[in-house]
Amino acid sequence: MQISLFITCYNDTLFPDTGKAVVAVLERLGHSVEFRPAQTCCGQMHYNTGYPHDAAAMMHHFFRVFRDAPVICVPSGSCVAMIRDHFPKMAEESGDPEAVRACRELLPRIYEFSELLIDKLETTDTGARFPHSVTLHTTCHSLRSLQVGDRPARLLRGVRDLTFVELPQSDQCCGFGGTFAIKNAEVSAAMLADKIGCIQETPAEVVTAVDNSCLMHIGGGLSRQGSPVRAMHLAEILASTGAESGS
Amino acid sequence: MSVRVGEAARAPAFAAAAKQLLQNQQLRRNVRHATEVIRNKRAKVVAETPDWQELREAARRIKNHVLRHLDEYLEQFERACTRAGGRVHWARDAAEANRIVIDIVKQHGGTEIIKVKTMTSDEIRLNVALEAAGITPYETDLADLIIQLDHDKPSHIVVPALHKNKTEIRRLFLEKMKLSELGETAEDLAAAARRYLREKFLRVPIGFSGGNFAVAESGSVCVVESEGNGRMCVTLPRVLISLVGIEKIVPAFDDLEVFLQLLGRSATGERMNPYNSIWTGVTPGDGPQEFHVILLDNGRTTVLADGESRETLDCIRCGACLNICPVYRQTGGHAYGSIYAGPIGAILTPQLQSMQHSQTLPYASSLCGACYEVCPVKIDIPEILIHLRAKVVEGGGAPLLERLGMRAAAVAFADGAHLETAQQVARLAQKPLVRDGLIRSLPGMLGGWTATRDLHPIPAESFRDWWAKREKQA
Repeated sequence: MQISLFITCYNDTLFPDTGKAVVAVLERLGHSVEFRPAQTCCGQMHYNTGYPHDAAAMMHHFFRVFRDAPVICVPSGSCVAMIRDHFPKMAEESGDPEAVRACRELLPRIYEFSELLIDKLETTDTGARFPHSVTLHTTCHSLRSLQVGDRPARLLRGVRDLTFVELPQSDQCCGFGGTFAIKNAEVSAAMLADKIGCIQETPAEVVTAVDNSCLMHIGGGLSRQGSPVRAMHLAEILASTGAESGS
Repeated sequence: MSVRVGEAARAPAFAAAAKQLLQNQQLRRNVRHATEVIRNKRAKVVAETPDWQELREAARRIKNHVLRHLDEYLEQFERACTRAGGRVHWARDAAEANRIVIDIVKQHGGTEIIKVKTMTSDEIRLNVALEAAGITPYETDLADLIIQLDHDKPSHIVVPALHKNKTEIRRLFLEKMKLSELGETAEDLAAAARRYLREKFLRVPIGFSGGNFAVAESGSVCVVESEGNGRMCVTLPRVLISLVGIEKIVPAFDDLEVFLQLLGRSATGERMNPYNSIWTGVTPGDGPQEFHVILLDNGRTTVLADGESRETLDCIRCGACLNICPVYRQTGGHAYGSIYAGPIGAILTPQLQSMQHSQTLPYASSLCGACYEVCPVKIDIPEILIHLRAKVVEGGGAPLLERLGMRAAAVAFADGAHLETAQQVARLAQKPLVRDGLIRSLPGMLGGWTATRDLHPIPAESFRDWWAKREKQA
């Protein structure tokens, strides 16, 4: 299957390894991946912070770039939530019938990474081996908006030599919230302290999620506290074959 | 007309208030404990209700319908209530409402009133106005009494003294009720409050209440509560005044079936509220012989005018969104600077004030969506928060640096080539900040991030760089 990758702006810039891992997993499963370099951002940061007009411009750009892509994989739950929850209304409000049509056509072809593997590619075995104990933070957007349910957990359970550990209160927000982490830094930090407390209650060596934004926040807090627990995107675990050093 | 919501217009920015409250470990323990108890109870009684989602949808539809025909239903209520012997007053704002109350009390030569279940009276700062007019208000709801005795402010919609624990309340009662001894159990504290309040119930001839619902077809007012103090407050006095926001209207008595199932479960985790008082006008020889209803606008019609956020007025004040909110759980209610705290307060308070005040409240959320999930009338709070943020930005309320940053990012995201350039620039710009492979301190607004979190620097090769190289090799 030909799969187009919407890497998302922050994965492109800050977490290229996640993108490489997505490519590795999909190719290992026998699919072919394409990357359209004109792509940029879903507009979530602008939209959620109160700049809907800027976000609308990004939406139109997204439509132009991906218009004819048959299947689009997005390794970021919150970006998919932005697209699914807000693009239809934004397209409607833009008064552009082309945008409305593009939106209607594109939406069913867009998959969050764990959705793609389970719903479209119908697999929970990605051929991965990861000899570590792993806990899963169920990110707010993937949980409440996308309703990915236990898809990420099922994928983790399909990994050889991986010990899956339940995270207490895994549905509690980690406190990232985009610009919330800057505008309300103290409250965000207090929420993060709770999340890290829950992670440290488990014997996990790695905390994973389907959103690098939450993981950047959680990992940044773990790093500051000198914790040995690593934050890793689900794709990086699924890409692992256990041969790499340190993983 | 300038709308006041308590003292919200003078409240500090949310982040500043929150920062202070986060230092108060006792308060945070109290809030955490109380919200956890209530939300667990709620989860249990919601899980046992098979038609919960249908009830929520029904409630949303009823509210939606009422708000679209509010003018008709309000007038229907006025006619029905008047027919049943009640008197209906219309108040545009806090000042008008307060004047109406004071006039009624003065007509009866009153100097005291007993009050119950009326957050709306805090919204209009009724107690301050009464005291200035020489009238003493006595709060009779246990939690409101605690707040009043301590000259404190409510921190929760349903459990106003949620931020206080038993030890603190015992100390307060010993001092303010001038008791020589008092036990330590909840029963001891309740007994002390009962002795203190019974005397007021039997003596004070004017009662004052809020209203959870006002039924248009019958002109009835409904108050739900747990203690029975409300029941006494609305039945024992000779004169009763009820202050009701215009959005509290439901069309028919049967509609209460939906709302009373949702409210008790959502608010306190009870299948039904222990006391549901519903009364209609005046009944000779039974209960108050004079009954006044004040229908309050105080900004509600401006909320109604915005189709995007109108559903804010659907709120039935259950507090479920506060109990589930990960932000509220850290700070408690005082950080919101308004009697309406938590997620619902973050959308209601600024709107009631036409977005002129409390502009930091729409940002007091990580948009985690838990509030929407528990809301018994399905108010899409995250969606409205985002809508209000856009209004703040449009009104020039966003910091200059943020606006510049967003503009720069919008330019970078215009196409792939721009983004690539921005990545290169950012990589150069971060150089002085990187120490031992980490960024541990950022300047300005961004410093909030690095106060508690490390940041990995932008890697030398972006994904698009890697992909381009790979394509070339292939």
